[in-house]
Amino acid sequence: MAHAPREIILAKNLGFQYVGARRAAIEGIDLSIRENEFILLTGPSGCGKTSLCRCLNGLIPNFYQGEWTGELLVDGLSVTTQLTSELSRRVGYVFQNPENQLFALTVEKDIAFGPENLGLSREEIRQRVDEAMNVTGTLPLKDLAPYELSGGQQQRVALAGVLAMKPSVIVLDEPTSFLDPRTAEEVMRATDDLRRELGLTIVVVEHRLDLVARYAERIVVMDAGKIVADGDLEETLDEKFDLLEGLGVGVPRVSLLWTMLRRDGLVSGKVPTHVESAASSLAGMMNQ
Amino acid sequence: MITLEKVSFTYRSGQRALQEIDLNLEGGDFIAIMGENGAGKTTLAKHLNGLLKPSQGRVLVDGEDTRKVSVARLSRKVGLVFQNPDHLLFSETVKDEVAFGLKNFGFAPEVVHNQVMRTLEALGLSEYAETSPFLLSGGERKRVALAAILATEPDYLILDEPTIGQDYQQKERLRNFILQLYSQGKAVVMITHDVEFVAESNPKVILLSQGRIVAQGPADSVLSKDELVKKASLVRPQMSRLFGELTKYGLPSDVVDVHRARILLEEKLSEAKVRVAQNS
Repeated sequence: MAHAPREIILAKNLGFQYVGARRAAIEGIDLSIRENEFILLTGPSGCGKTSLCRCLNGLIPNFYQGEWTGELLVDGLSVTTQLTSELSRRVGYVFQNPENQLFALTVEKDIAFGPENLGLSREEIRQRVDEAMNVTGTLPLKDLAPYELSGGQQQRVALAGVLAMKPSVIVLDEPTSFLDPRTAEEVMRATDDLRRELGLTIVVVEHRLDLVARYAERIVVMDAGKIVADGDLEETLDEKFDLLEGLGVGVPRVSLLWTMLRRDGLVSGKVPTHVESAASSLAGMMNQ
Repeated sequence: MITLEKVSFTYRSGQRALQEIDLNLEGGDFIAIMGENGAGKTTLAKHLNGLLKPSQGRVLVDGEDTRKVSVARLSRKVGLVFQNPDHLLFSETVKDEVAFGLKNFGFAPEVVHNQVMRTLEALGLSEYAETSPFLLSGGERKRVALAAILATEPDYLILDEPTIGQDYQQKERLRNFILQLYSQGKAVVMITHDVEFVAESNPKVILLSQGRIVAQGPADSVLSKDELVKKASLVRPQMSRLFGELTKYGLPSDVVDVHRARILLEEKLSEAKVRVAQNS
């Protein structure tokens, strides 16, 4: 039998309260993430999602002041005692707005920035940058300035910059908010391809479940700083629909429609998460 | 009324951002401007309050050419809420932030206070009145930026990507707020990629692609046309994709919102149930 994948992130009773804030941003977080998982992290605005992500690469507690409780291990390293430079090699972070992440004069220089700061040899840097550009499809853009790119291209360059650090985990915090829907789909697909090809672990923060439902197997839902649901995405949507809807999680519209029809007693069976499965179930019923 | 007459705009770099845009906007209008990244949506929005002046054509706000009026004067009539809230926020508390514009317009302190509290309440921000905007989450900061503009009660409200970073409840709140504004006779324009939000709000949709208007009409008719939607780098709303698969059962193809979908399916599924019962 194959070994169960290694645990890459482990939080035990993790909590953090920013200086000046009236309540904890996160508290009592117990979370275990295994290598190569694709996790959707969601919850209402202000629920602590972004704060949790900031802990994963050590931004909290190293750059934000506040009160830390509990324990967090990333790749076996304790976030509180490890240098942020060590953590940022392991956990890459892609922000909501790619404009805030890109700053070099050309795409290629931007992607090389991280590895250059690791003090690697020229050949090693060259090789990492080329590989990152290849897998993200940004090679044709290498001599352009970041501001000349479309939003989707910028986000792919940001991903490439993160990949060149050879992280084990990539956290994407609402990575497609500024992108048009077609480009947003493209970025999510590219992210999942990278997960498969490179064995990465992916954590995506997103309000719109329809965008990620296709790729994420697991959903972690937060409310008021705590984890309130954690499990298989399809099962959670089916069993905890009312909780999710009540929290204001952007459940896929087909799932909402199905739940309404199920309450009316007109359909039965599991809540679908995509259009295709909803269409085939409904067609089956109307064919009768 | 805001009127755009054959408005074209070319950036100094030579990039042509808008080409021959004709548009009328008046009280009671609710319009969504949609299109791909780089289609010219934000450039168009900046023409509505005079931040940008057309290279060709002209923009009239209540009869005045935006080239001849100051932006400060236009900003009393036309409120523009930017995509990125951090471009706008600078005060120490949320309350001060929202009061800033009103104070500048010279309102009495008690008027300012009441208006600020009312706006914070409407946007679910009352509990943060004394908090620094920078301690809030991205979605909350965005609502503060919106509140700061809304408090000044502009006749024309332009919202650039208002739903980014907002959860579903906040979107519902925003929708109710917009509906209330336009029932008061204000004009609301939102620039957005959020097809599901548009599908459920049913504004008039103007589809922009490469600086031109390529389609306009009610949300259900525009957003259910695959070719148009693709051209603007959008995807059809889930309900439209679902109903596109179900047309052979006599269901219409222009369904975009869950509520209409539910009504139509309830009827069809009930019929099927009756058939099954009769056959057995």
